[in-house]
Amino acid sequence: MTLSNPIDVKKDCANIKRSERQMFSKILIANRGEIACRVIKTARRMGILTVAVYSDADVDALHVTMADEAVYLGPSPSRDSYLVADKVIAAAKRTGAQAIHPGYGFLSENAEFCRLCADNDITFIGPPVDAIEAMGSKSAAKSIMEKAQVPLVPGYHGDAQDEAILKQAADDMGYPVLLKATAGGGGKGMRQVWQAGQFSEELAAAKREALNGFGDDTMLVEKYLTQPRHVEIQVFCDNHGNAVYLFERDCSVQRRHQKVIEEAPAPGMSETLRAEMGQAAIKAAQAIGYCGAGTVEFLLDVDPSTGRSAFYFMEMNTRLQVEHPVTEYITKQDLVEWQLRVAANETLPKTQAQLSIHGHAFEARIYAEDANNDFLPATGTLNFLQAPTESEHVRVDTGVLQGDEVSVYYDPMIAKLVVWDENRDKALQRLAKALSEYRISGVTTNIDFLYNLATCPAFVEADLDTGFIEKHHEQIFHNGPVQDNQALADNLVMAALYLVLAKANTANKKALLSSDSNSPWHQANHWRANEANKQSLSLRPELGNSDDTFDIEVEHLNNRDGDAATQAYAISINNGTVIKCQGSLNSDQLLTTINGYRSEASVHINKTSTDDVITLYRQNGAFNFTQLTPDLGDSDSQTDNGGLIAPMNGTVVSVLVEAGTEVEAEQALMIMEAMKMEHTIRAPHAGTVESVFYQTGDMVDGGAELLSFNVNEQE
Amino acid sequence: MAKIVSKINTRSADFVENAAHMQAQVDDLTAKIGQIKQGGGDKSRERHLSRGKLLPRDRVNALLDPGSAFLEFSQLAAYQVYQDNVPAAGIITGIGRVGGQECVIVANDATVKGGTYYPLTVKKHLRAQTIAQENNLPCIYLVDSGGANLPNQDDVFPDKEHFGRIFFNQANMSAQNIPQIAVVMGSCTAGGAYVPAMADESIIVKEQGTIFLAGPPLVKAATGEVVSAEDLGGADVHCKTSGVADHYAQNDDHALHLARTAVANLNRVKPMQLNIEAVQAPAYKVEEIYGVIPKDARQQYDVREVIARIVDGSEFDEFKALYGNTLVCGFARIFGYPVGIVANNGILFGESAQKGAHFVELCAQRKIPLVFLQNITGFMVGQQYEAGGIAKHGAKMVTAVACAQVPKFTVLIGGSFGAGNYGMCGRAYDPRFLFMWPNARISVMGGEQAAGVLAQVKTDQLEKRGETWSEQEQAAFKQPIIDDYEHQGHPYYASARLWDDGVIDPADTRQVLGLAISASLNKPIEDTRFGIFRM
Repeated sequence: MTLSNPIDVKKDCANIKRSERQMFSKILIANRGEIACRVIKTARRMGILTVAVYSDADVDALHVTMADEAVYLGPSPSRDSYLVADKVIAAAKRTGAQAIHPGYGFLSENAEFCRLCADNDITFIGPPVDAIEAMGSKSAAKSIMEKAQVPLVPGYHGDAQDEAILKQAADDMGYPVLLKATAGGGGKGMRQVWQAGQFSEELAAAKREALNGFGDDTMLVEKYLTQPRHVEIQVFCDNHGNAVYLFERDCSVQRRHQKVIEEAPAPGMSETLRAEMGQAAIKAAQAIGYCGAGTVEFLLDVDPSTGRSAFYFMEMNTRLQVEHPVTEYITKQDLVEWQLRVAANETLPKTQAQLSIHGHAFEARIYAEDANNDFLPATGTLNFLQAPTESEHVRVDTGVLQGDEVSVYYDPMIAKLVVWDENRDKALQRLAKALSEYRISGVTTNIDFLYNLATCPAFVEADLDTGFIEKHHEQIFHNGPVQDNQALADNLVMAALYLVLAKANTANKKALLSSDSNSPWHQANHWRANEANKQSLSLRPELGNSDDTFDIEVEHLNNRDGDAATQAYAISINNGTVIKCQGSLNSDQLLTTINGYRSEASVHINKTSTDDVITLYRQNGAFNFTQLTPDLGDSDSQTDNGGLIAPMNGTVVSVLVEAGTEVEAEQALMIMEAMKMEHTIRAPHAGTVESVFYQTGDMVDGGAELLSFNVNEQE
Repeated sequence: MAKIVSKINTRSADFVENAAHMQAQVDDLTAKIGQIKQGGGDKSRERHLSRGKLLPRDRVNALLDPGSAFLEFSQLAAYQVYQDNVPAAGIITGIGRVGGQECVIVANDATVKGGTYYPLTVKKHLRAQTIAQENNLPCIYLVDSGGANLPNQDDVFPDKEHFGRIFFNQANMSAQNIPQIAVVMGSCTAGGAYVPAMADESIIVKEQGTIFLAGPPLVKAATGEVVSAEDLGGADVHCKTSGVADHYAQNDDHALHLARTAVANLNRVKPMQLNIEAVQAPAYKVEEIYGVIPKDARQQYDVREVIARIVDGSEFDEFKALYGNTLVCGFARIFGYPVGIVANNGILFGESAQKGAHFVELCAQRKIPLVFLQNITGFMVGQQYEAGGIAKHGAKMVTAVACAQVPKFTVLIGGSFGAGNYGMCGRAYDPRFLFMWPNARISVMGGEQAAGVLAQVKTDQLEKRGETWSEQEQAAFKQPIIDDYEHQGHPYYASARLWDDGVIDPADTRQVLGLAISASLNKPIEDTRFGIFRM
């Protein structure tokens, strides 16, 4: 909607100095990865030339190849490249780019950079400096919003600490409330109060704890949100006083404050509430003289006593959000185009009345991380990358290609998988299907975790709140040991069939090259005279923490007519029941019929230095296994009595020992930092450090030997 | 090519009965082989495994290319021959693929009497070497043997075709660039020591393989020196000091891996002299052979029904179809390889023998492998036939078969009696491979005939003395003879004594012939020079 009576809107957004309504002919994208590619796509469609910037690590990155021009910024660490405002400005000037799109992250909410753009007569495609600064401080932002009558989480932060005053505040905001020690942290001095009658008692307890814990029993009272949802409103303002909201996104599903799956519209949202929140968001934007794309994040809570929904301002993001594609899907708008138009001083492409919601969209963030290991970021080479086919229902925003490296330097997001359909149920089905078709090898990803999340009943029923993942932990982290026996058996049979069929295919290929191409010796059917044609395989599946191996016997059932297509097998696992099956393997596509059950999988082999990890990508997830090869003795294996190996690519932050240091078992030897997390390398046994191969500040590749170590013999 | 149209009704009572009869024989065969494959029994298998060794058949599996076929020879060797039970004669032999190359594998089974050589163990080892030599196939010896079986030394050691011949063969094959690779995975004592020593390349497993001319007990007896087996002839000694072995293996799997590496470096090329075509399965199911073969061996049937179930597309171009029709000759393909098939369809007459000789000449000239399907009671007898020169006609066929240098393959699919065995490329005529079906019988003549002949001789003697004997007496006289012939003519009896290379399931005939033909092609097919044909 266009506000008829805009409140205190600055007509001239900070950076608009160019003549009115003239679209840029060239822009620079001060970002990398999927968002850089995303912006380039729209710019290209609009006939705008694009300039990419890159670091050492991104020399061959997709965004660099996609752009019309690209400028080198500096070394891989972002503080030496993507975060260096001067270099970015210089790149824009050198290439004659009239505007800079900052994407998200990096310089996107950096007021200094925004100012620098203005100083250099370059349009910053984003909000005015003031707005960035206003929202940069959370407390300042809250007080601006309070003034603008945007609802905040009710609370009492006063100095007067009389019980009566505190209780009055609690009674006013309604129960439950949370008592918090202002000096507090870590849950100490924090109490939930569910009824007025319990207030005194709980306050006394909280004060006692606070006094003991921090020596200060000053308390604040806040409304306790029992099941808050994270619902954010996409807003857009132009320089002409127009402001609209492009409805909401529900981003409740988070882990460690990082969004995992986002959707639009928010489930269960009434039209009234939507309009109320939209208006509130516009009010918030206008309170700071906003211009361009912004997101106002709210906590949405259902009051348990009244059953009424209430929403409270959290913060405002003054940039294009990662999850903007879900809004694009349901509004049929291109938000980057909007950004460019607004930055070029045009009016908003649509009025509020022209905007409506179409269907339902989800976004799942595909990350290189190990969901089963506390979401530890992963690095490596994407040696197999197969995204689901894009269509009107499926969109994949990515900045990487097969063969690219997920490095330690940047955010390990591989792609955003976005799906759309007429309603939430259908869209969710699309999401699950697309996730099952997303196939990546070489780097640990969260795809299985996302699949489990997307298919878990609570998610299907849209029972969302910000504690969703913790609450449904059991359902979501069920891959691994809990894999049921039937599924495991199917996977093992498929794996065995794959090995047998791959062998047969190799044999066929060799046969064609042979002068004796017809020879039955080429058949890989393990033919034996007067006995079953049985061969044994040993497989070790990756099943979470289980290290079990399975002995599998594959009998090539007699196929005397020689038609390979009808070759059948009888497979038994650990001498269990015999399973009849058939299969075919066409390059990496495996089609099997197991006891009459037809299913297919894509196969990828990840060759590591030690063995080949084979992945079957099936509808219900990926199955990784290795085929155990005979033990050829340990003549050439490394001594394992002391090599300490870097767990992943990273930087040595601190070396705590030197050659000759005597250490106890579990003593910290070295600290590495990778992906913004510290990893402590500890002594596996008591012993002596022999030598240290890296110094503080060194970059280390995953798997590199960090130091050598002599185990004490008496251990 | 002309397609054989089967006249068999697979739903007829006869067919079903025949099939059941053959099935029973095949079941008996597979049950026996299943037993034999257990080697020396559970206890000795467990003892073997407890030493960290692989069982001999697992060694063979690990040596071969994954999924490779293994054309095992003479599984029934020594079956019910000795007082001792010596399954497979304590040695596993056969052809398998290693690194894409067909090789002859000879693996001692130490779970059977410590892998010692009984007379038939020697015969089986030598037969495998003969196959290697005739077909130009590299040999891999997986050695784990205590050497000659001392109680049987007189039948093992001294003669031409005894133990010493193994090393004679190794030397001569090596000379012909037929590689000899030995993997020492257990003892290799006395004469056995020459297997690795005579090999082109040898591999020894540490703390497991030993090579010495005399073991510690003999050394102590001879010189008083006390030394452990490992210090006397272990892997360290032979790889680091003596140079008797070339490669040091950590364990069985490693040793077999090294053997595969050795084969990978042989640089062998298979000469291809045949015009091959795409493989076609027979138009009729191979398993139907079960129902084709009459339950009563004396009953005649058309051998083309068997050919139709062995050859590609059941296509068979017959030669001289209208002449000497008790012998069926013609061209066909098996796994795309051209073959000449010679198959009995009744007793051999002069005409059939001449036709056979002619056809064998054709194949030898054209270098087409020959497949003989034997089901022969013999040549026709009687005044008329002797006068017609059946002996010289038979001689022509025998000459042609004996001299033909093309690879020959013989399958005994029924009777193999008398001179018919010669003309149809019996064991003495050096077929590259000879296999028997479980229903086959082999002897100088049929049991009935032999009993009849002996009864006639006795009748003549009695008549001279003016005596007679009753029908019952005659029957009682004949029965033990018939029983003896039945026993000694049985494929198990024959195979136990290495008169063949194995008893096979008739339904595997096509597969076995395909493997055998392909293996034989490793040796270039030579020109044939025939002897004098008596005209």
